[in-house]
Amino acid sequence: MGVPILRQGHCLIATIQAALTDTDLQGLRDDLVAQVGRYRARGVIIDVTALDVMDSFAVRTLRDIAQMARLRGAETVIVGVQPEVALSMVELGLTLEGVNAALDLEEGLAFLDERTKGASRGEVPRAR
Amino acid sequence: MRGERRGAVQPDGRLPALRSKGRASADLPAQSSIPVRSDADIVLARQKGRELAAALGFGPTDLTLIATAISELARNIVLYAKRGRIVLKGIERNSRRGIMVVARDGGPGIPNVARALQSGFSTSGGLGLGLPGVRRLTDEFDIESAVGRGTTVTVKKWLP
Amino acid sequence: MRAYRSPTPAPTGRSRLARARTGRRSAEPQAAPPARASEAVLLAEIVAHLRQGRTQLRDEWVWRIGEAGLLRAMSQEEIFAEATSVYDNYLDALETGTLEAVQAYAGQLSERIVPRGVETREVVGIVLLLRDVLARSLFAKYRADFQLLNRILDAYEPAANRIATTVAVGFVQERERVIREQQEAIRELSTPVLPVRERLLILPIIGLIDAQRARQLTEQLLRAIRANRAKVVVIDITGVPAMDADVANHLVRTVDASRLQGAKVIVTGLSPEIAQTLVTIGVDLGKMNTVGDLQGGIEEAERLLGYQVVPVPEAKR
Repeated sequence: MGVPILRQGHCLIATIQAALTDTDLQGLRDDLVAQVGRYRARGVIIDVTALDVMDSFAVRTLRDIAQMARLRGAETVIVGVQPEVALSMVELGLTLEGVNAALDLEEGLAFLDERTKGASRGEVPRAR
Repeated sequence: MRGERRGAVQPDGRLPALRSKGRASADLPAQSSIPVRSDADIVLARQKGRELAAALGFGPTDLTLIATAISELARNIVLYAKRGRIVLKGIERNSRRGIMVVARDGGPGIPNVARALQSGFSTSGGLGLGLPGVRRLTDEFDIESAVGRGTTVTVKKWLP
Repeated sequence: MRAYRSPTPAPTGRSRLARARTGRRSAEPQAAPPARASEAVLLAEIVAHLRQGRTQLRDEWVWRIGEAGLLRAMSQEEIFAEATSVYDNYLDALETGTLEAVQAYAGQLSERIVPRGVETREVVGIVLLLRDVLARSLFAKYRADFQLLNRILDAYEPAANRIATTVAVGFVQERERVIREQQEAIRELSTPVLPVRERLLILPIIGLIDAQRARQLTEQLLRAIRANRAKVVVIDITGVPAMDADVANHLVRTVDASRLQGAKVIVTGLSPEIAQTLVTIGVDLGKMNTVGDLQGGIEEAERLLGYQVVPVPEAKR
């Protein structure tokens, strides 16, 4: 079950469905990283609104994606973490260290917009 | 080794439970036992867990906490023991209902359970067993492990 | 009630036969039928007698309840109505030997009277009174035949005690459930999240924080972040009297969870001394943006909200 990835401007948007196995997640990672390279994307949005559980494997994979994307010049934002999921994650001690998070797709795009526009104007984005 | 959060064990009351407010007295949903061998089983186990917990009346946040705990326990089985079993059961004590999850495997066992239970021996990055986290997600936590024989983790969560 | 018993007197002039198979104390010449059957027969007889005297016995019970000063929170009509139901349920339970009906009734009754402030000792009191009223009625009827009276009591007492226990336990459990619900409601009321201006939430926390309250706080905050699309949250802990490693960890988790929803968190009201203590304990405050007081926190929040990228002057490139 592959995760659909859309292109919007310089951004890639991956929308995750609920029942994602470890293998699916790894597939997503590989796909995203390949596409970032292929399309010279500057931003990656991973929408986890429909993800019912974020456990240690999911968090590690998302961090891997963010790291690999950054190496290829793209910034990653996770959007749509549900309140219950956020609660479980912090109880488990899982943080998305080094990965940006935004409320939803709209906020995520705004965030990336700010970042990438700033970069192209030669401005120094405020460190987060 | 008993986790410190182990609740007092009481025999199940012989009397049928008083139903909680507004609902007719219902039998506890049937227990289910899920063999765990691959990552697809992890998803299945937590989905079944979510279903059972919902049938018992848990709210949305607790459903996710329970599903997450099951996911971590099942993942430990796949990662370290290669195969095992997750048993899900509705339970009852003093008219309070809850869910019990038993994660059992015949794997290598945990050499130093005490250390594995220390907070800070964490799962950040997916390393370690995530047991302190699972303990925080649940109300009662019990673990028995013998090197060379396997591990059984039993957790319980009660309806408020 | 055992006080009313005396040892069974030995019969005079009759040969004592071996005890019946069931071991019941009996000096009757014939072997007694198995205990179950004879007990069932006795219970049926008891129930018949208690049914016959229903009106009178129930009225006596209600009168005794008044005399004992129980159920003051209820009106006479209510006591009467409930007494009638309890009486009938009691007899049904005696007759059928099953507790489901009594239990169900006890649950419903408790649901009705717990909110009225009826106390546990009152419920235990009235059930014991009923048991006594009925027992005395049995004494009155069977006092002529002492041995039969003993057998009657042998059948009645265990059944009556089980019923009394069931009702009392049912009541207590309902009370405990209600108390838990009330505590939950109080916790919810005591942590309001305030939308102060667009995309900014303030959460003033007052009072002690335990694991349950921390979880509830976080839940409320996360929902509010989503509902208000907040980008900055100011959590003020000036009103939290006790700050230790546990509370600090709860706070850190709340901050982390908020960030997962794209909101930045500023913690205010953390005095330098407490901050020092926490750092010494080993709590990682590094991730928290802390400002001395609430006012300062709000200003910082506004700065964050209005803040855009810092333009670098062309010359410096």
